[in-house]
Amino acid sequence: MSKLASILDKYSRILLLFFIIAGMSLLKPEAFLTYENFSTVIFQQAPFTILMSFGMTLAIITKGIDKSMGSILVLTSVLCAAFIKQEQYIIGIALALALGILCGFLNGILITRVGVAPFIATYGIEYTALGLAFVYTGGQYIYDFPPVFRSIGIGTVFGIPNLALITFLIFIVLYFLTRMTTFGRRMYSAGFNFNATTLSGISAKNTVTLVYIINGLLAAVAGILYMARLNAADPGISGNFTLDSIAATLIGGTSFGGGKGSVAGTVIGSLIIVFIRNSMNIMGVSTTWQQTAVGFIIVFSILLEAATRYISNKAKSLGMVSIDAG
Amino acid sequence: MPLDKTFELVELKNISKQFPGVLALNNVSMDFRKGEVHVLLGENGAGKSTLVKIIAGVYTKDKGEMLLEGSPVDFKRIRDAQEAGIAIIHQELNLLPERSIAQNIFVGKEPEKKGLPGIIDKKKMISDSAELLQRLGVDLNPNTQVKKLSIAQQQMVEVVKALSRNIKLLIMDEPTSSLTKKEIDKLFEIIRKLKSDGIGIIYISHRMDEIQRIGDRVSIMRDGEYIDTVDAKTMNMDEVITKMVGRKIEQLYSRRYNAPGKLVLQTNGLCGLRFRNVSISVHAGEVVALSGLIGAGRSELAKALFGYDPIEAGSYTLFGEKVTRATPKESTRRGMAFLPEDRKAEGLILQMPIKNNIVSASLKKVFPNFLLNNAKETRIGEHYRREMRIATPNVDKIVQELSGGNQQKVVISKWLASESKFIIFDEPTRGIDIGAKAEIYQLIDRLAGEGSAILMISSELGEVVGISDRVYVMREGEVVAELKRDKLSQEELVSWAVRGAAKND
Repeated sequence: MSKLASILDKYSRILLLFFIIAGMSLLKPEAFLTYENFSTVIFQQAPFTILMSFGMTLAIITKGIDKSMGSILVLTSVLCAAFIKQEQYIIGIALALALGILCGFLNGILITRVGVAPFIATYGIEYTALGLAFVYTGGQYIYDFPPVFRSIGIGTVFGIPNLALITFLIFIVLYFLTRMTTFGRRMYSAGFNFNATTLSGISAKNTVTLVYIINGLLAAVAGILYMARLNAADPGISGNFTLDSIAATLIGGTSFGGGKGSVAGTVIGSLIIVFIRNSMNIMGVSTTWQQTAVGFIIVFSILLEAATRYISNKAKSLGMVSIDAG
Repeated sequence: MPLDKTFELVELKNISKQFPGVLALNNVSMDFRKGEVHVLLGENGAGKSTLVKIIAGVYTKDKGEMLLEGSPVDFKRIRDAQEAGIAIIHQELNLLPERSIAQNIFVGKEPEKKGLPGIIDKKKMISDSAELLQRLGVDLNPNTQVKKLSIAQQQMVEVVKALSRNIKLLIMDEPTSSLTKKEIDKLFEIIRKLKSDGIGIIYISHRMDEIQRIGDRVSIMRDGEYIDTVDAKTMNMDEVITKMVGRKIEQLYSRRYNAPGKLVLQTNGLCGLRFRNVSISVHAGEVVALSGLIGAGRSELAKALFGYDPIEAGSYTLFGEKVTRATPKESTRRGMAFLPEDRKAEGLILQMPIKNNIVSASLKKVFPNFLLNNAKETRIGEHYRREMRIATPNVDKIVQELSGGNQQKVVISKWLASESKFIIFDEPTRGIDIGAKAEIYQLIDRLAGEGSAILMISSELGEVVGISDRVYVMREGEVVAELKRDKLSQEELVSWAVRGAAKND
């Protein structure tokens, strides 16, 4: 990639985040530029978007997509809610995690063993899980959990909210897993070229399956945190997660072409999304317009990537970067 | 040679093209005539592809002048060249596999029904296609889906597609690299027809034997420079090779035959996608070739052995272990390596650095505790860069940026790093220049000498005869002959490969 393109690639996102924050600080300092607002956005809203976007990032790196995470979050949380209410925390949490793993495993099997396109496979699981959640709850909230459980969501350690801490720990684990282990190497490799990866004696199928299992697990963890934070398990919340996490992943620099992207970029991308949503809330933008805006971010990211590629190809043809002199 | 201006088609004057770090063309002047097959000869990186891409409007020239039938032209886009009557058929074919032959021929310029703009006149399209196919003597139904055609037939479709425009110059980049002898004969027949219609042909090939058969004049290029033009019929092969490589290649094929060692592979009645009842053996220290026509089931057999394609019946023993079902992962663990025919799509992760590719088949061995180790990876990469003489400043370079020969060296390094002892090469020197070919033959010889068992699929009869201990000839999915080294000749191989094919056609 050319210098210009790589700079664009690297810093454009941080710059965008900075512009949003700077712009809002000028426009609405009294509502935006407060400790209250920043702590709500960063410690309470961002963690969920970040966790869900991590899963989306892994899926998209393997040239897939995971539409099902939002509804896995919903299903795992409503099904474990009864146990949590009876203070059966271990069983409840274990059930949620196991269910998340199972859903992810089903996604993985459908995609790698049955050969269904990731969009279709996870779309199917999405509505299966969501349907089950609605059948189980009759479409009602389950709320009012014991304080011990709620402390997971609202407590702090050394002044840092648990949510932020857990999210940070998961970030560290995923960063390590994707960048410094052979699993990460296999994952990127499968994303770039599935067949060549398989023909190198690597089970690309197992690697991709594992990615969807991780996603199921992430969704279940997010579900538990969500219940603890909001004191409710709500079958109606899955939709925005999918939209926001795709937007955060793409604006964070992960490419639909596979093999490119990072969880670090996704953290920035998620912050961009939550700050945009927060800004729109402050400005009194309706949720329907918010949807439109986030949808546009997806389109914008794709255009940005295309532009970066165009600039870098242009640079090549102008002779700035070496390629094929044959 | 007398130069008659009326035969002059394209004249290049002092063309230069600079790519980053390399002067791809340096002051090249050449001329191409009507009704002539002009062969461009040179190693990879000599500038042949760049030159024809400039003629075809794919690249723009930095300096120099190009004349088409005497008047200067300056193509900015491929379309400019197309409109001027220049067509190029790339090595990688450019067809829509799901569409019919007729649809491919007329893609983007479908005939419309009279008075109904936008409505495709299918009848006319099919009858025109049939006529064009007939003109070349190609016996194909224009309604056939392109994916059902052999590579050779697809190439014919490309030629017809080019002819559907009024072309003056046809550029063919290594058209025979994946064709069998019979298919090449057919292609040459077509080329002769085009010639007699006054169409000029620029023909790029690495195959020396073809050049005298089909070429009129041969221009040799080296390192981006024009070296010489000679008459194809009277040229001296040794001189041409010397001009091409700038040095003498002592011997292309090098092989020190050893007594075969232990039995490494024995298949028993193996059946799979396109092969039946295959029983072959390979011993340590042996180079065993699978010869035959394209589509004879050789690659499918190799992929089934490696576990990429299913084994439908039968079994094999590898290093004494009986196998009825395999996966590439298990095969790699058992010490098998597979170097696919299509290096770019199946052998390499093009977007990753050289060193990542080199350790990709041995991640577990190199990083036993799951943790990547950059220093170790670089060390291993550097080791193979030196040993294999991969032409690159460092092993952090993206594989995509290497030439075909160097890419193949990376694939070989990958399997050497995994310490495989049974190595399947599928068309190991396809699209690789002569210098790198010789190196790969030396390497195969060295591996055999060190006790590896080698199974090589090759459509190049020269290399089959040149380096094999034994050859199995496959035809229509079955092994029809086993030939020992002392019985080997190109004629023998061909006759086994095609025998009986005539009556089935």
